Amino acid sequence: MRDSNDDQMAKYWSKNLSLMLRLFLIWFVVSFGCGIVLVDWLNQFRLGGYPMGFWFAQQGSIFIFIGLVFYYAHKMSSIDHEFGVDEEAD
Amino acid sequence: MDLQLLTYLVVGASFALYIGIAIVARAGSTRDFYIAGGGVNPVANGMATAADWMSAASFISMAGMIAFMGYGGSVFLMGWTGGFVILALLLAPYLRKYGKFTVPEFIGDRYYSRSARGVAVLCLIICSITYVIGQMKGIGVAFSRFLEVDYDTGLLAGMCIVFFYAVLGGMKGITYTQIAQYCVLIFAYTVPAIFISLQLTGIAVPQLGLGSVLSGTDVYLLDRLDQVVSDLGFREYTTDSRGSTLNMFAFTLSLMIGTAGLPHVIVRFFTVPKVRDARTSAGWALLFIAILYTTAPAVAAMARLNLMTTVEPESGEYLSYDKRPQWFKNWEVTGLLAFEDKNQDGLIQYSADPVSNELVKVDNDILVLANPEIAKLPNWVIALVAAGGLAAALSTAAGLLLAIASAISHDLLKGILRPEISERQELLASRVSMALAVLVAGYLGFNPPGFAAGTVALAFGLAASSIFPALMLGIFSMRVSKEGAIAGMLAGIGVTLFYVFQHKGIMFIPGTSFLGDLPANWFFGIEPNAFGVVGAAINFSVAFAVSAFTKPPPDNVVEMVGSIRVPKLKTDTNSV
Repeated sequence: MRDSNDDQMAKYWSKNLSLMLRLFLIWFVVSFGCGIVLVDWLNQFRLGGYPMGFWFAQQGSIFIFIGLVFYYAHKMSSIDHEFGVDEEAD
Repeated sequence: MDLQLLTYLVVGASFALYIGIAIVARAGSTRDFYIAGGGVNPVANGMATAADWMSAASFISMAGMIAFMGYGGSVFLMGWTGGFVILALLLAPYLRKYGKFTVPEFIGDRYYSRSARGVAVLCLIICSITYVIGQMKGIGVAFSRFLEVDYDTGLLAGMCIVFFYAVLGGMKGITYTQIAQYCVLIFAYTVPAIFISLQLTGIAVPQLGLGSVLSGTDVYLLDRLDQVVSDLGFREYTTDSRGSTLNMFAFTLSLMIGTAGLPHVIVRFFTVPKVRDARTSAGWALLFIAILYTTAPAVAAMARLNLMTTVEPESGEYLSYDKRPQWFKNWEVTGLLAFEDKNQDGLIQYSADPVSNELVKVDNDILVLANPEIAKLPNWVIALVAAGGLAAALSTAAGLLLAIASAISHDLLKGILRPEISERQELLASRVSMALAVLVAGYLGFNPPGFAAGTVALAFGLAASSIFPALMLGIFSMRVSKEGAIAGMLAGIGVTLFYVFQHKGIMFIPGTSFLGDLPANWFFGIEPNAFGVVGAAINFSVAFAVSAFTKPPPDNVVEMVGSIRVPKLKTDTNSV
């Protein structure tokens, strides 16, 4: 019984880690990628009056960050529920 | 109504509100004092976190820095928001699950060592004190400009307010005042921004205004700004990078990791009822912060454009010094704005060339504060900005002071020196240490070492290189041992301090820097403010290396790490 519980926890943890990894990939791409490394290349495109790279650095990355945090909270709630470890489960 | 009187009224009303809250939200127990009883609603906590986090530097200095740095200022925008993604995913939920009072307490338990707790207290105090100096300075500056009292009197008034609600209410009082302070500061920040965006582009949303055309023309605002600044010999606004790409990268990452490692921010997530609340609360915090952080670039670009077109309405046509506007005179008095008529023609020639430039001093900090005046906004808006700047500085100062006071009373006194004291005694001790922390911070505000922005940047470097790695490894590794963690923290903070001091002077005392503040001497071209990420990398490496040669953590610690990784263990249901 104890072993299968440990198995479950290992599975829960690896699910959490892989979700995190995917979200950090997006986090990295929008800020360090689009906002810094690729900024000059992206600046040839425009978003209204914004050069695209500049927009990512000063606006876009921040909007996406908010989305990432709320998505993580939402997704983790359902993973918690799936494994029966959410705080409501008694 | 007279501006002076109006400012007194608005600032006075906001202070009365904070004191009122302090009286209602007194702390009755150590749990109230350290974590506001642990029952704060996640949205409310998000708001309090936003105020806790957004300091005088965010409110007063940031837009000014971006205005003069252009694209290079993006490091602050991305760094100070991206850090919340790290905090939300890697730290907040697990530390909430751990469920005790302070950051050093977690480090002490996870690394089964009082020495580790002691080292964490040391790191926390160094980094919070550096940070609080900047806030104290911000309070003094805001008071002296808006209420026309001198800097020292302003600082003293600010100290009395913080003293009152922080000592009385602890975290509980601070939480509810921070919510009020968030409302004041965000209103004060966005209202002038909306007005200015309307004036320049006819669009009320500054984030959209920045990307649109100037009213009555078909020229984009940013294109016009690029052209105006390049005409005067400055680098193009939208592409002006801060050092190399590597420096931009390192600076942004340092600010992000530093943000996630700031104890006064982390501890806010101890106050929500559940793990799930800690996750969503981080999202709310970031949303509330982003309202200011996405407005700031618009304020920056628009203020820069307004400043340029005030002193040089048409290319080659300069403003006469005798006809300078009232705000120009006001700021000249403070010494933050200075004109020197080098060619004796009575006209203000602003240029990137230091030889012919006559606007010899334009301090970053005045842009946000003078913005409403430059844009000729009504007096009540100017009064509001004063209250907003003070709210930003006070809320952050209070959060920092609480982190320092709890480290002293809870970690140092109760945890290490006198574990036998009762809860009542500890509560008294926490109030006394809070009072002492306010006095020390005030003293440092009267005699500030270095300048405000510099000390804040250093605090981030220290948090990034000492506290963040210890916390992250504590959660994500079961192998890192107490020896590893202690060696890692000391190595990280040591290397960062060494690098900053060798370029900026020991304790920022001029003349004691032994390598000089010259970009040529920078390690791979990384500026001292951006060095936290290197310190963090050293911390991680040392922690792993030392752990590999020392005994692994005992079973009960491994079990504790396992339990903080899930909101509720299945087996918990039997034992609870």
